Amino acid sequence: MKMLEVRGLGHTYRGKDGTHTAIDGLEFTVDPGELVCVVGPSGCGKSTLLRTISGLIKPTRGSVSLHGNPVDGVPSDLSVVFQDYSRSLFPWLSVTKNVEFPLRKLTRRNRTTRAAEALAAVGLDGAGRKYPWQLSGGMQQRVAIARALAYRPSLLLMDEPFASVDAQTRFELEDLLLRVRREQDTTVLLVTHDIDESVYLGDRVLVLSKSPATVVADLDVPLGQHRDQITTRSSDAFVDLRARVAGLLTSAPARVR
Amino acid sequence: MSLIGLACFFAVWEVASRTDLVPGYYLRPPSAVLPRVVTLLGETGFQRALVATVLATLIALGIAIAVAVPAGLVLGSVPPVRHAVMTLVEFLRPIPSVALIPLAVVTIGTGPDTKIVLAVFGALWPILFNTMYALDEIDPLHTETARAFGTGGFGVLRRVALPSAAPFVFTGVRLSFAIALAVVVSTELFSGGTVGIGQFVLEASAGGLNMDDVLAGTVIAGLVGLGANFGLEWLHRRLFAWSLPRGGER
Repeated sequence: MKMLEVRGLGHTYRGKDGTHTAIDGLEFTVDPGELVCVVGPSGCGKSTLLRTISGLIKPTRGSVSLHGNPVDGVPSDLSVVFQDYSRSLFPWLSVTKNVEFPLRKLTRRNRTTRAAEALAAVGLDGAGRKYPWQLSGGMQQRVAIARALAYRPSLLLMDEPFASVDAQTRFELEDLLLRVRREQDTTVLLVTHDIDESVYLGDRVLVLSKSPATVVADLDVPLGQHRDQITTRSSDAFVDLRARVAGLLTSAPARVR
Repeated sequence: MSLIGLACFFAVWEVASRTDLVPGYYLRPPSAVLPRVVTLLGETGFQRALVATVLATLIALGIAIAVAVPAGLVLGSVPPVRHAVMTLVEFLRPIPSVALIPLAVVTIGTGPDTKIVLAVFGALWPILFNTMYALDEIDPLHTETARAFGTGGFGVLRRVALPSAAPFVFTGVRLSFAIALAVVVSTELFSGGTVGIGQFVLEASAGGLNMDDVLAGTVIAGLVGLGANFGLEWLHRRLFAWSLPRGGER
């Protein structure tokens, strides 16, 4: 069974000054254990896509199913990592309490163990008693990833998760994501505007058109399981695929960042 | 450092009083008033007045919090209620509590409940407004994050809205303490009949121009406000370090 099935998904915002169709007729699936990157021009409706999948907004057309169950409201086994870690972590809670936030239904002991495991997985063993604002940006985003993982979601949604950190930290976090999803066999849907990142991380890359977004290409990434920031990024397969994605994006007549 | 302003104030007062800029008989110099402050604090009669005033202030503050925080939460999160009630609120808010003393004395009497009711009326507004506006300031991404992890409406209110509004509410409480104290002392002073610093000052000024006592009582009222503010500020820094600029880290 597919982990995620998106069928004919469309969403139109209705405002005072008319309507705006952000996404239209989106069709794709994600298999269990896959890491799928969605790349598209800025403003093409990537965030709308994530919000409809996570049940935060109700799409006007089409359907989303999570392992066979239609999404109606926020699914209970789904985690989201947002771009803006400084605003998605709760500043009044310690790092550990932030990671424990979604684990309301567990016993106290299980919560503590899960949070400790998740923090260890992202390399933040000693930081549990600190507060998010005492950490660097990269470390804060690790906390957000730990929180998402501790929830043990069937599907992890990531909305431009590494767009707000410096290049060095971004490489580290990308490799961190590849490692933990191998270790925990997590299914990931990651939205980005960065072509290189989508090819480096993905098992598949979905290329979206400009708004209203539709899927213009669904590409397999033939780079294998183990990837390396230097050798992978300089391999022929990587360079070819990056050029193809870039070509698909620029042929869509919208500004590409 | 923070006491320099206070020291300057006393110095100016001393000079003004000694140089006959103002009649020294009425404006007694701090060198005469401050020793009186110390002896007054040792007198049982005055201690009783001080405790009565502080207690009335604290009770009024407690009631104001109990009323204004829930009311602020409702006004802040239910727009129709807000639209319906805001005109009334804006009409009532500018009315000085002191202007209501005659009405309160006629309807409630001259007991301690009068000054508490009036102080509650004065202290409500900063807490109400800070609670209400704090809800507007909640980061939508905090709410969205909580919802994405399956937190329901009530959970979001309790686990996101309340903690993120708490520092603003606390600032409201700090402002309200000074207001409650001022209203309690004023009511004692204007209506008499109830034990407190205000009544002590009233009697001292009526009794025979005992200006040392009048000024000492006034200074003590100021010191109570100052002390409370220091205490509440300290508590604010301890409880809400996360909300301070740069998270309170220096």
